[in-house]
Amino acid sequence: MARQTENGLGTTNLAQSAQGPKGDATTRLALRLLSAGPLLILVLLVLGIAAVTPAFAKPINLGNILAQTSVIAIVAMGQQLVILTRGIDLSVGSNLALCTVVGGLAYQATGGTLPVVLAMLATGALVGAVNGLVYVHGRLPHPFIITLATLSICRGLALALAPGHTTMRGMPDPIAALGSQTVLGLPLGVLVVVLVAGLLLVMTRMMVVGRWITAVGGNPQAALGMGIPVKGVLVAVYVISGLCAGIGAVVLAGRTDAASPVYGQLLELDTIAAVIIGGASFLGGRGHLGHALIGAVLIGVIRNALNLHNVEVFYQMVAIGLIIVLAVEADVLRSHLEARARVQQARGTA
Amino acid sequence: MTEPSQPVLSIRHAHKRFGAIHALQDVSLDAWPGEVLALLGDNGAGKSTLVKCISGLHALDEGEIHLHGRPVTLASPTAARAAGIETVYQDLALFDNLSPAQNFYAGRELSYPAWLPRPLRFLDKAAMRKTAAEVIDRLQVRLPHPDAPVAMMSGGQRQAIAVARATVFARNIVLLDEPTAALGLREARKVLELIARLRAEGNAVILITHNMDHVTELADRAVVLRQGRKVGDLKPDQSSRQDLVSLIVGGEA
Ligand SMILES: Nc1ncnc2c1ncn2[C@@H]1O[C@H](COP(=O)(O)OP(=O)(O)OP(=O)(O)O)[C@@H](O)[C@H]1O
Ligand SMILES: [Mg+2]
Repeated sequence: MARQTENGLGTTNLAQSAQGPKGDATTRLALRLLSAGPLLILVLLVLGIAAVTPAFAKPINLGNILAQTSVIAIVAMGQQLVILTRGIDLSVGSNLALCTVVGGLAYQATGGTLPVVLAMLATGALVGAVNGLVYVHGRLPHPFIITLATLSICRGLALALAPGHTTMRGMPDPIAALGSQTVLGLPLGVLVVVLVAGLLLVMTRMMVVGRWITAVGGNPQAALGMGIPVKGVLVAVYVISGLCAGIGAVVLAGRTDAASPVYGQLLELDTIAAVIIGGASFLGGRGHLGHALIGAVLIGVIRNALNLHNVEVFYQMVAIGLIIVLAVEADVLRSHLEARARVQQARGTA
Repeated sequence: MTEPSQPVLSIRHAHKRFGAIHALQDVSLDAWPGEVLALLGDNGAGKSTLVKCISGLHALDEGEIHLHGRPVTLASPTAARAAGIETVYQDLALFDNLSPAQNFYAGRELSYPAWLPRPLRFLDKAAMRKTAAEVIDRLQVRLPHPDAPVAMMSGGQRQAIAVARATVFARNIVLLDEPTAALGLREARKVLELIARLRAEGNAVILITHNMDHVTELADRAVVLRQGRKVGDLKPDQSSRQDLVSLIVGGEA
């Protein structure tokens, strides 16, 4: 439906400006530039900041940025899949907090490492499953409401379950190592990002389920018509998002050597911002893991640079907001360029 | 080979209700191999509903569907496609964000290894790209950027891709719901050629269209629906054209 109007508008507006194969090549070049935009901006930003701020380019600082970005990056990759299927997962931040608390309780009860990790991952996946199942079987028009509900429920449960309703200090050594140890100069937490990205990359690019996720995002009606198990695909996507929140919980608990019911506040907004800033379409259908990663690092770099210049947190929020507007405008421009490409195709082919 | 004395598809006394709306009322029809059957009727007559019942999207409330003389239940799109029924939907069931080859195989990806559950198998991208390229070539669909997402392609190219997809997999029946709507003359012509080719390859083609020129040019037979009822079944040509129009709009009233 949306495509229909966009198509019609584009055709009338752009018909005059479209001019044969040369225009076609220009349009395609512009689209390519647009899709490379976020990465270009990231590179230019890093070079620019490094030039004016010597402290920025120090390996320690760069390592810090990556470490601070790792949780957002991991959770944003799950969020990216949700947004790809035209959804949203508002529960990731509270889910992450609940995961750390359940993990903390598992640590108190068992003293082991494996039970803690399993408890966090299972909690995350379970919350994701609830989101997905209620969304598809409750026939909700949009996942906004159910994930808003679990946002509230998870935060409440986390506070209720945490002894004294507050932070629980101490994590098993192997988990705490995620924050304290480095490999090849990279914090261990960053390696978790790489690992998760690798697994998700294989799933999305090489496996049937990945193609189905893209198809459902592109046209849910058509996916039904083509016999793709749309409901199952959607549930899987929310489970993956919840699982990513659980993995993020392990990394954050490790880095801080603690579990806390107040962790992950506004993480849902950071991850959504990362996905959009990275270049995925907020309307769904377009986007890949790279968008989530680039967006997360962009946010991390901007925050770090403003910190180094002692810019107050409020202005950081303003800056991130402005960049979101820019990213959304770029997405609008992209759909106009695609409409132009359609006109050029109609004229160019006999 | 298919026995010529028997229709590939027959619908017997089909009923479909949406709440108070009786969208199909006792509709029966036959489709024969190597024949283009035009399904005509005004807006809301029930044409798309009938197509969706045959393609497994809707279940009939009453009535039977026979394939090669045997009664079947087409409980899902997958079941219908397994039975060799391909559909090009009115709202064009393409995925904007996928390439033509990816569109061809959406929902039936070639994948391996077979012992894994389907969603976890790996895509055989090379094989899918190769077959798709062959089909696009054979049907002489011009695609300057065959690996780009179809969002960038013109209405005609998109329809051609949707029809080409049906030609890859159709073994019995192809259903086309207004495949030339919203197309210019030149692009519509291209799609009509593809339909003629489907017929030549021995498929039973059911074509929904509002364009009477296309009906008289291409269709071997025409069935007319009005308000969910079948009101006519005749051979369309220049002389019966006026009859068809009155049947569609209910001219005798
Ligand atoms: N999913 C549905 N739920 C409720 N009513 C429906 C549904 N699908 C179709 N209808 C109704 O059934 C009737 C037949 O609709 P259908 O789409 O089959 O018409 P059509 O002949 O394809 O018309 P058009 O030429 O406009 O495409 C209409 O009154 C329509 O409103
Ligand atoms: Mg219709």
